[in-house]
Amino acid sequence: MSETFLDSTELVLNMGPQHPSTHGVLRVIVKLDGEKVTGTECVIGYLHRGVEKIAENRTYAMFAPYVDRMDYVAAISNGLGYCLAIEKLISVEAPERAQVVRVILTELNRIASHLVWLGTHALDIGALTPLFYCMREREDILNIFEKYCGARLTTHAFRIGGLQYETYDGFEKECLEFCDKFMPRVDEYEELLTENRIWKERLIDVGILNAEDCKAYGVTGPMLRSAGVEWDIRKALPYSGYEKYDFEIPTRTNGDCYDRYIVRVQEMRQSARIVRQGVEMLAAGPIIGKVPKVLKPPMGEAYVSIEAPKGELGYYVVSDASTQPYRVRVRPPSFVNLQSLDKMARGSLVADLVAVIGTIDIVLGEVDR
Amino acid sequence: MKRFLRTILLVDLFEGLWLTLRTQHPRNITTEQYPAVIPKVGERYRGLPRLNTNPETGETLCISCDLCALACPETLIVVGWVRNPETKRKDLVNFTYDTSRCMFCGLCEDACPVDALELTQDYQMASFTREGQIFDREVLEEGTKPTKFKW
Repeated sequence: MSETFLDSTELVLNMGPQHPSTHGVLRVIVKLDGEKVTGTECVIGYLHRGVEKIAENRTYAMFAPYVDRMDYVAAISNGLGYCLAIEKLISVEAPERAQVVRVILTELNRIASHLVWLGTHALDIGALTPLFYCMREREDILNIFEKYCGARLTTHAFRIGGLQYETYDGFEKECLEFCDKFMPRVDEYEELLTENRIWKERLIDVGILNAEDCKAYGVTGPMLRSAGVEWDIRKALPYSGYEKYDFEIPTRTNGDCYDRYIVRVQEMRQSARIVRQGVEMLAAGPIIGKVPKVLKPPMGEAYVSIEAPKGELGYYVVSDASTQPYRVRVRPPSFVNLQSLDKMARGSLVADLVAVIGTIDIVLGEVDR
Repeated sequence: MKRFLRTILLVDLFEGLWLTLRTQHPRNITTEQYPAVIPKVGERYRGLPRLNTNPETGETLCISCDLCALACPETLIVVGWVRNPETKRKDLVNFTYDTSRCMFCGLCEDACPVDALELTQDYQMASFTREGQIFDREVLEEGTKPTKFKW
C-alpha cells in the first residue's frame, strides 16, 4: 500500500451559520486535520443591515434607536457612545445628573451583557445550570430598564445632550437592592464554575492570546485585560465622569479562556461597585442640556470611544452642517476581536474552537452591523 | 494531601450540585407563568400606540401638526387632514400607524406637542396578516380587540 493512502487529507468543514455555539449567524470555515484545527476563516455578513448607511439618511436624533440594534445585548452602551460622539460634535455636555444616571445604567448593562456571556459560554462548554441563574439576575436588570425607559432590550434610553426620562420613584432603591442581591449571586456562579474540574480542563490553556498579539490585532476589552494589559478606556480616557468613581481594572496574565472568564466575573463585581457609588452621587438637577430641536452640527468630525462590555466601542461622525450626518463609522469591539479567532484556534481541537468562539463574546448584530 | 482528597472525593462537583439542589426550593422559583398570569409591565412601557381623545367630548386631541410623522425614523405615520374653512384649523381625517416595522423607539411620542399620541402598556398586538398590523384612527383611539380563545 502506498504511503499517500495512509495520509489523512485536509477536511474542510462549515461551522455555522446555524450552529448554536456561534452565538448568532457566524459561519466559520474550519480546516481540519483529523480532530485538529489547521485553519479557520470567518464568513460574516448574514446579519448585515447597513446601519452605517441608514445613518446617512436619518437625522441625528432619528439614528439613535438604530445604534441599540447593533450590540443588542448591551444597547445602552451603544446609545451612550453615539450620544457622546454627537455631543462632542455640537460641544454640549450632559448635565451632572444625566451623567450619573448614564453611568449607573451603563454599568447595569455591562453586568447584563456579561451575564448573557457567562450563561451562554457555560452552555457551550456543557454547563447548563449557570444559564438559568444568569438569566434570573439579568431579568432584574431588565426590569429596572423597563421601568426607567420603557423598553427592555433595545432601550433608546439616552438622548443627545442628556436623558429623555427622569428616574422613576424608587430607582435608587432598586439599584441598591440589586447590588446587594447580586454580590452573593456572583459567588454562586463562581462556586459552580471556578473550581469545577470540567470547566478548568476545558478552559485553562485554551485559546491563548498574549499581550503582543492582542495589540497587533487591536483586541480590546476583557480579552486584552486577561493578557495582562491594564487598559480600560474608563480609566485611560475617562468619559461621563468616570474619573470620579473608585474601581479597579481586573487583569490576569495568561490570556487563555479561563482568564477571560475570571476577568469578566471580576468586572461584574466592579460594575456593581460603580452602580453603588453612582447611586450615592445622584443629586437633583437638570437632565438634559441645551440642545436645539433641529440639530445642525457645525462642519467637522468627532471620534469618541467608550468602554463597552466587549471592548472599545468607537463612533466616528462626520458632519457637513446639514441635519443628517455625512458619515457615521462604528468601531465595534466584537468585529475587531473576532479577527483573533484564527490565531487562537489554530492547532487546537474542534471542541476548543467552540470554547474560543464563546470566549470572544461576539454579538453578530455588531459584527455585521 | 488536602487537595488530593478534594480531587478524589469530587468535592468541586458536589459543591456545584449542592447549589443546584438548594435553588430547587419552591421559594426560589422565579419562572413566570405567562399565558396564565399576564405580567404587568412598567408604566413607561412603549407598546401599542394610542391616539388620545378628550374624555368629555370624545374629540381627538390631535391637531394634525404632522410632527410625529416627521420624527419617525421609518416614516410609518401618515396623518390625513383637511383645512376647516370655518375655523381655519386642520381637522384630522385619518391617522394610520404601521406597527409592523415600528421599533417602538418613542420618538413620535416625544415629538407630540399635545400628548395626543402615546405608546401604551399593551404589548399583545400580534396579527395574522400584515394589514392587521397597520392601525387606522379607529383602532388607535379605541384600542385593538384581540381575539379571545377559549382553552
